[in-house]
Parts: sequence; C-alpha cells; structure tokens
Amino acid sequence: MATDLGPDPDVAPPAGVHSIWRIRGYLRPHLLSVVTMLVTSLAVVGTSIAIPLVTKAVIDGPIADGELAPVLPLGLLALAFGLVEAVLIWLRRWVQSTAVLAMENTMRHDLYRHLQALPMSFHSRWPAGQLLSRAIQDLSSIRRFLGFGLIFLVVNVVQVITVCAVLLAMYWPLGLVVAATAVPIIWLCARFEKRYVVMSRRVQDKQGDLATLSEEGAIGIRVIKAFGRSEHVAAQYETGARELHELSMDKVRLSSRFWTFLEVIPNLAVCVVLLLGAIGVGQGALTPGELVAFLTLLLSLVWPVSALGVILAMAQEAMSAAARILEVLDTEPAIVGGTVTIPEPRGHLRFEHVDFAFPDAPDELVLRDIVLDLRPGETVALVGATGSGKTALTSLVPRLQDVTGGRVTLDGVDVRDLDLHHLRSLVATAFEEPTLFSMSARENLTLGRSPAVDPASDAEVEEALDVAQAGFVRDLPWGLDTRIGEQGMALSGGQRQRLALARAVLARPQVLVLDDTLSALDVHTEKLVEDALRSVLSATTGLVVAHRASTVLLADRVALLQDGTITHVGDHSELLATVPAYRELLSADAELREAVSA
Amino acid sequence: MTTTQERPLDKSWRGVGKNDADEIHTADRVTFTGGSRQLLDEILRPYKRAIWLLVGVVVVENVARLAIPYLVSVGIDSGIPPIRERDDLGPLLTVVALVLGATVVQALTRQLFLLRSGRIGQDLLYQLRRRVFRHFQRLSPAFHDDYTSGRVISRQTSDIDAIYEMLETGFDGLVTAFLTLVGTAVILMFLDVKLGLVALVSGPFLFWVTAWFRRSSAKAYRVSREKVALLIVHFVETMGGIRAVQAFRREPRDLEIFDELNDDNRKANLVAFRLVAWFMPGIKLIGNVTIAVTLVYGAYLAHDGEITVGVLAAFLLYLRRFFEPMMEISQFLNTFQSASAALDKLADVLREEPTVPEPTVPVPLGAGGGTLTFDHVRFGYLDDRDVLPGLDLTVPAGQTVALVGTTGAGKTTLAKLCTRFYDPTGGRILLDGVDLRDLTSDDLRSSVVMVTQENYLFTGSVADNIRFGRPGASQADVEAAARALGAHDLIMALPQGYDTQVANRGGRLSAGQRQLIAFARAFLADPAVLILDEATSSLDVPSERLVQRALRTVLAGRTAVIIAHRLSTVEIADRVLVMAHGEIVEDGTPDELVGSGQGHFSDLHQAWLESLA
Repeated sequence: MATDLGPDPDVAPPAGVHSIWRIRGYLRPHLLSVVTMLVTSLAVVGTSIAIPLVTKAVIDGPIADGELAPVLPLGLLALAFGLVEAVLIWLRRWVQSTAVLAMENTMRHDLYRHLQALPMSFHSRWPAGQLLSRAIQDLSSIRRFLGFGLIFLVVNVVQVITVCAVLLAMYWPLGLVVAATAVPIIWLCARFEKRYVVMSRRVQDKQGDLATLSEEGAIGIRVIKAFGRSEHVAAQYETGARELHELSMDKVRLSSRFWTFLEVIPNLAVCVVLLLGAIGVGQGALTPGELVAFLTLLLSLVWPVSALGVILAMAQEAMSAAARILEVLDTEPAIVGGTVTIPEPRGHLRFEHVDFAFPDAPDELVLRDIVLDLRPGETVALVGATGSGKTALTSLVPRLQDVTGGRVTLDGVDVRDLDLHHLRSLVATAFEEPTLFSMSARENLTLGRSPAVDPASDAEVEEALDVAQAGFVRDLPWGLDTRIGEQGMALSGGQRQRLALARAVLARPQVLVLDDTLSALDVHTEKLVEDALRSVLSATTGLVVAHRASTVLLADRVALLQDGTITHVGDHSELLATVPAYRELLSADAELREAVSA
Repeated sequence: MTTTQERPLDKSWRGVGKNDADEIHTADRVTFTGGSRQLLDEILRPYKRAIWLLVGVVVVENVARLAIPYLVSVGIDSGIPPIRERDDLGPLLTVVALVLGATVVQALTRQLFLLRSGRIGQDLLYQLRRRVFRHFQRLSPAFHDDYTSGRVISRQTSDIDAIYEMLETGFDGLVTAFLTLVGTAVILMFLDVKLGLVALVSGPFLFWVTAWFRRSSAKAYRVSREKVALLIVHFVETMGGIRAVQAFRREPRDLEIFDELNDDNRKANLVAFRLVAWFMPGIKLIGNVTIAVTLVYGAYLAHDGEITVGVLAAFLLYLRRFFEPMMEISQFLNTFQSASAALDKLADVLREEPTVPEPTVPVPLGAGGGTLTFDHVRFGYLDDRDVLPGLDLTVPAGQTVALVGTTGAGKTTLAKLCTRFYDPTGGRILLDGVDLRDLTSDDLRSSVVMVTQENYLFTGSVADNIRFGRPGASQADVEAAARALGAHDLIMALPQGYDTQVANRGGRLSAGQRQLIAFARAFLADPAVLILDEATSSLDVPSERLVQRALRTVLAGRTAVIIAHRLSTVEIADRVLVMAHGEIVEDGTPDELVGSGQGHFSDLHQAWLESLA
C-alpha cells in the first residue's frame, strides 16, 4: 500500500545527470535549433580564436618585415571575422529564444496536465506552493541550463580543448604545462558537484516551503485577521526565510571558494608560461610573436574556465529541478479511467460491500461493508454524525477516491471500468464548501459544461439559477460576467453554496450528489431551494448528505451511516420512530424544543 | 445581457472585475513609476557602507586582474632581451613574481568579494521577503478581496525570484565589469593616447545601443511580470480547487485556459529574449569593428616606430578585455530590467495602505467588559450601493445577541465591521466607548474574535490549529478548549489524535470536524466579544447541541453576536435582532418576539418548528 502514496514532498529523490538525461525528449522537437545553437557557438569560439591569430600575423608579418601592404587585407579579415561573430551570436540567441521558451512551455503544459490527472490523495499531501515552485522556478532553472548552460558547457570545454591543442602544436613543452592544469580543475569540479547538488536541492525545497507559507498567508488572511495573528504567521514566514537565507549562504560560501580557484588556476599557468616562454624566446626556441599569441590564447582561457563554475552551478540546479519535476511526473495517477461507456445511462447506483481507507492510513477503514442500492430516479439521504464518513462515501461515486474493497457500480458497471470522463459527466456533486475560481460567474457556473463540446445555453443557466435560488448573480455589477472567486464581490457562504448547487444542476447529471449543500442557507431560502430541487431530483438519482430533517425530506429513503457502515435504511418517519441513534442525530432534542416553545 | 462581443476587455472567461482598468493601464505603461528605484534605494540604504567597502575590494581585485596582461607585456619587452644578451633571468623572475603576487591578491579579494556580496544579496532578499509578507498581512481584507491570493503568491515567488537572479548573477558582474571597463579605458589611454582615442570612439555607439535596449526592454519585462502573475493565479487556483476541477471534468477547459496563459507568458518572454538577441551581438559588433580598426591603425603606428610591438600586443589584449565586460554589463542590464519590473510591482504593493489603518494616536481600551455601540453606521462594498444605510445599535457588555434575517440583509457585513475587516463609510462603531479606529489592532484582536463559515486550517497538526487562537497555550489548554466543545473524542479518534496533520487545506477532515476545530480555536482565544457568523452550519445536530451547551458557559460574561440561519442557535440568545435590507426591523427577547405572534421572527420560528418534525 505504501507505494500507492507516491513521492513524499518532504523527501528528496536523488538528482544527477540522469535527471537531465531523462528530460531530453523535450529537446527533440528542437533538435535542429539545438544543433544550430551548438554550431554557431562553436563557430563563435572559432572566430574568437581567429582574431588573435590575425593579430599574430600582423605582428610577425608586416610589422616585423616593415612591409605594410598586407596590413589592410589582414585588417579586413579581422573585420570579417568580427562581423561573422556578431551574426552568429544573433543567430544563436534568436534560435534559442524560440526553442527554449517553446520547450519550457511544453514542459509546463505537461506538468499541469499531469497534476490535473493526479488524484485527491496526491493533492491533499502536496501543498500548491510546492507544486508552484516546480512549475515556475524549477522550469526556469531547466530552461536556463538547456538554453544557455548546456551550450556553453559544450562550447567552453571544446574551446579549452581546442586552445590547448593549438598551444600544444605551437610549442609543445608550454602546451603541456597548460594541459596539465586540467587535472586540478577536473578534480575540483567533481568535488564541487557532489556538494552543490545537495545544497541546491535543499534551497529549492525551502523555496517551495516558503511559497506554501505565502499561499497560506494569502488564502488564510481572513482567519489570520480575525484572530489578530499576523505577527505569529509573519514570524513563521521569517523563520522559513531565515532558513532559506542560511541555506543560500552555504551555497554562496561553497561557490565563492570554487569560483576563486577556477580563476586562480589559469593565472598560475600564465606565470609558468611567461617564465618558460621568455626563456624559450631568449634561447630562440620560439619567436616573440609566437609567445604573444601563446599568451593571448592562454589568457583567452581564463573566462571559459572560470565560467565553468557558474555553468556547473547552473547544471546542478537544473538537475535537482529536473528531479523535482520528475518525481511529480513519475507519480502514476492512481485513478485511471476504464474504457466502458454506458450508451443509455439510467443512473442505477449500487454500493456493493464497499470498504474504504485513505491511502496514507490503509489500516483504518473509514467505510466498511457499505451496501446501498439507489434505483434510477430514486433519492437517498445519507445521515450520519460528523466524521462518520459521509463525504468519503460520496467521493467514491465520481472516483475522487477509489474503494479499497468491494465495488461501486453504475447501471451495473463497476465505476472503475467506466471511462473517467464519461463517469464524471454522469455524476455531479455539489460540495458543502464550494470552490469558486477567479473567473466570471458564468464560467464558474458552467464548470461541468465544456463550451466547445457541450455549451450551456442562456436558458439553461437561468433555469439553474432559479433552481438554486441564485438570482443574486444577476444583480452583481456586471451580471454573469462579473468576476467572482475566492472572496471576491463579498459573496456570503450561502450565496456560494447556491452557486455550487446551480453548477451541479447545470451539469445535467444522471446522479446528483449533494454533500450537505444547503447548510449555510436560511430556512426561508432553503425551503425555496428544496421545492425547486424536488423537480430536478425526480428525474435523476440523488444521493443527499443531510444534517437536517428538512433536507432529509427531499429523499425517498434514508440511510444511516454509523462508524463507517450503514446500519439502517428506511423512510424518515420509520427511522425516527424505531432508531434512537437516528432520532438523536436528526431531531432537535426535546430539551431544546421545550426551551423555545415555552 | 452582455454578450462576448460587448465585453470590454480581456478573455471572456475571466469576467470583469473592479480594478481591471488599472491592470490594463499598468501593463501598457512604458516607463517605470520610479517606485522600483525608490524601493531599491531604500533597501540598499543599510548596506551603503558595506557596499562602498566592497567597491574598494573590487578596485583592488581589478587592479590585480588588469595588472596581469600588463605585466605579461612588460615581461616580454624587458624580460627577454637580458636573457638573449647576457643570460640574465633576473628581470624576468621579478616580473613573474609580480604576476604571481597579483594572482594571489586577485584570488583573495575575489573570494572576499564573492562572500560579502553574496551575503548582502541574501540579506537584501531576506529583508525584502519579510517586508513584503508583513505588508500583505497588514493590508485589509478589502485589498485581498480584489487582489486575489494567486497574485499575492506571485509577488512573493516569481517577482522575488527575478530580484534574486539579478543579485546572484548581476551584482557581481556589474561592479567587476564596470571597473574593468573604466580601468581598461584608463590603461588604454595610458598605453597610447592616439590608439586609445580611436578605441574610445566606440563609446557613443555603445551608449546609444544600450539606451535603446533599456527603453524597449523595460516595457517588455513589465508585460511579462503581469503575464506570469496571471499564470500563477490560474495554477494555484486549479491545484487548490482540484476536487471541483476533477468532479466537473473541468480538466480540458482548464488546460485550454492554462495553455492560453502559458502561451501569453511565452510570447511576453519571447519579446524580451529577442530584444536581447539584437542587443548582445550589437555590442559585440561594435567591439569587433573597433578591434579591427585599432589593429590596422596600430600596425601603421608600430611600423612608423611610434609604438613598440609589446605596446600594440598589450593594447589589443586590453581592448578585448574592454569589450568583454560590455557583454557582462548587457547581461546585467537584462536581469536588471527584469528585476526592476518586479521591484516596480512590489513597490506598487508596498505603496498600498491598509484601508483600515492603525490609529496614529491609539486610545487604550478601558475595562468596560465589551459594550458594542453602532452609531449611525453606514457601509457599502460598492460606492453606489449601501448595505447598511445607517445603523444604530447598542449591545451591552455580556449580552448575547442573535442576528437573523434573509441572505443579503447585511448580517455578515455587520460582523465584518465589528472585527474591522472594513471600516464604516459613515458613522462609527465603539467598543466600550472607544471608536474601533482608535484601537491598536492588538487591542482590537484580543478583544473581538470572529468565527466564520470559512474554516481555513493551516498546515500543521490539529493542536497547532487550535493553538492558533492563543499561540502560547499549553497542550492542556488546547485539550480543554476541545473538550468544552465536545470535540475531544472526535479528535482522539483521528489517526494521531491532536498530532494528526490536517494536510493540505484540511482535505482529510470533514467540514464539520473543521468547524469544530475552528470553534475550539476561538474558545482558546478567550475574547471579550465573540462573533459567530454561521459558525455551526456544518455541524450535525448532536455536535451542534454540544456546542450550544458549551456556548452557554463560554458566553457567560462575554458579549456575543451570533449570526444564524438556524433558530436552534438563537435559543441561547438574550436578545434577537431581525435584519432586513441593512436595518433592524425587530428587536426583543426571543420570547417577546415569538409571543407577539406576528412579524418575521415569529414566522421563522413557526417554520423552524415545522422543520423539526
């Protein structure tokens, strides 16, 4: 069972070159661009080597000979190289901008799409902040590396090797000295990589945590205000920010040492080359022009070598970013649809010996041996104490969660065999806590209707608003176009619930699940809604979670849920008369009634 | 009804909101407000000394760095002849020792610089994060209503990231590059004035290209920041509301919207990237042309014997070094533009003042026990519609008042005014004779606590969430609060009891359980005035009964305003107020109102009695 849980947001998976290698597929459509970027970058290195060589030609040729005629052609050659270099840089950047942004776009699309498919059990463990830091920060790390770091990693290494080869060819004893500096550089890089990858993962995770705290500070702002706990939350955030500061400083310390060494090594090589080279010139082993060119080329290595530090850091960050994204993409959606569709759905819903436990607590059965048969068109009320498992039960029908034992069938087909999209088009749920999005009221209402495939007509919207007594939407400043969402436009809890109800009605389901949808309505509105709902429920199968007798009366039958199992099924007055536990749950107690009527 | 074509702006799914006009305005604004510069000045101020010190370190580092090619040329010019002439290694060794010394100095100063500047950068980020978070906490709910949480998050993540990127890559590069530039220019002039002047002709061209880039990229990055914010809003809301997304097969439509936003973001970035694609090679071209010209001109000068070969070699070496930092400066300019767009956004937020400001001269709260007085209170969310047209009401200390009335009557508004989520547009609200606007928020929050239907739970355990009401409370206090409500058994039945993690937005707990925890949180806070806005709506009857019973003891000696749709809650009230259209239409004890046999409350009571059957 533990494997069902998928990755833990608090545990870092190993990151390495393989993480980057695994996302190579995203580069494939841009292969031509990548090749262009690489070729142009290498050509740029070529031109940057060519220009000092032209310089050498000028010094050793015309100046040494006192013959000025070849200077102009050589100058034009240098100019030509310069022009080519600029054009190549433009080409690389132009191609790069298109390719890497498109690639980032595709990865973000895939990540979002995958997250949409992951079940509730995943989302309840992963705060949106952690996911967000993957979708934004990590993807830009990868983009930076693939579009820039990777190219320059190749280019710089090629440049270093080429220059070394040229130096070896020019005067091999000194060339050897230069080539020997590669040993400490490679050793340093290897050491650095190991430590840096751990640090950058820690920093990225902490950034995710901080994003989660920002998220909670924003979404929970009203609760924070109501309790005057801004100071408390801010202190929490600051602790996180300070930890991030510490972790980042570890990174700064490590990279400052590493980067400094990378700069020192080529400079030390310059010392040795100058000493030996000057002696060589003195002894006539090489010309002054050669020594100048040699040193010029050597100094041209200072940047590519020291830049390796930054590039490697970029590579580490991209690796752990890729690992963080892959751990999400690798999580198989635990809930995958089947292939069956019901040609003429009637809405016959059956719970057959259903067991259910949350994936992170597989031993604790929340629901046990649930047997319930909802005939087409029938409405059953589900009554149970707080925490008895009512919401868990309703979430099994549209497969927001999956049963762990037994099965739920719709028109005789196990819901797990049904096409998921099809299943969810047959079942609509109005949640007690309606989720509204920062979109127009219309978009929020027609959540269950695709504007492309199955648009809701204005008449249908109006009808749903009437059923849910949600006419207040029409009075919003821009009517149905008003952007609502979160707490916008100050909708009350009751108003939000009615929107959620209208949304469910508008989805035209075969099975309508109402999860205590009317709890925040006043008695008067509730009555109006119930009257209107009756006609809707007469045509569909209904599963209604109820706390109030008034809501129970919507149903043909009542099922009593106690400690995760259905103990009684019957009609309201029958249960009221025969089951004390039911009476306890649904009738306001006598003491209370006396107090009011006294 | 408006149709798609008539909608004034943006994509139709977004709908229309109050501040859309501002959004358009800011996105199209070409120049920065100057807010970013001011903010930058402000956050840099404490580090002024440290930064000047760093500049000193960098000067030393660059002197050492730039000395190396110069020393190399000296080595060639004056080290080789003695060897040739008399096998004298002395002068060469001196030069090599100097190069070695310069290398060591450069390494030490470099290390120091990287460490120090890294620390300053991290300190700045920390200060900025802290400041922005606190500021968002300080801003009023009215601000958050419009701004939406997604954008709050985007300011604190992607905008801060942009600044981080500038500090990480840019700060280092800029100072070094700038000094290299100036230092190299000086050396060039020093090596040879004529050649130097030729080389420096490139200056005006560089200036012009840079000015063009600054202008055009400022706008590009501003747009890009707004686009990424919209992307983040959508992402966060989808993940937060994933249950509704999945249950309503919203995935394809949401993906469509996401793709659209993702693509908008890509396009905005593409504009910025392409500007860089022109800018960088432009700078390179200017540099290369200068080198070619200098080479030819230098060759003539060397031929005429005006300069030595060593000087020409050194000159060309330095000239390359002159243009190399130009690339770094342009790189910096690029991240700087992106960061200033982000800073601008942050500055906009930091400029926002809470619509319910802290008093400048706070009045201490007397020991009145919690008398609430509404004095001609007027309020409306939109300018032209008053929710409360002018309310007069006194709730004596210790009284429990029930507010009933239809949806939209203004009950919740009244509650939100008591807790100063909003300030009245007219009249005043007094707590023990003190205007709420004259109380410090600490005084107000410790005296008045509200429990709403919105039972937001924070990441952490059940105990953590209850303790949110009083952060210092002991485990025993937490349990006592839960026990008082009858929530103790229920919590103990959870997998790890009080230590059970409530997970993401309390996904695992039922609405009723969350409501009980929210209630316990309020009880633990122990305020003088308790406001309950539909706080029991999700509870089943037995739980509600327990809460009612608990309320009887808890509310003794406390002022309470209870908003309820269920009359069962009203039963414990000393007094009932019936509201309609923002006014109080009935006022009396429950018995009086029921006894009158007419009026709204009496009808409600009748309906309720029937619903109990």
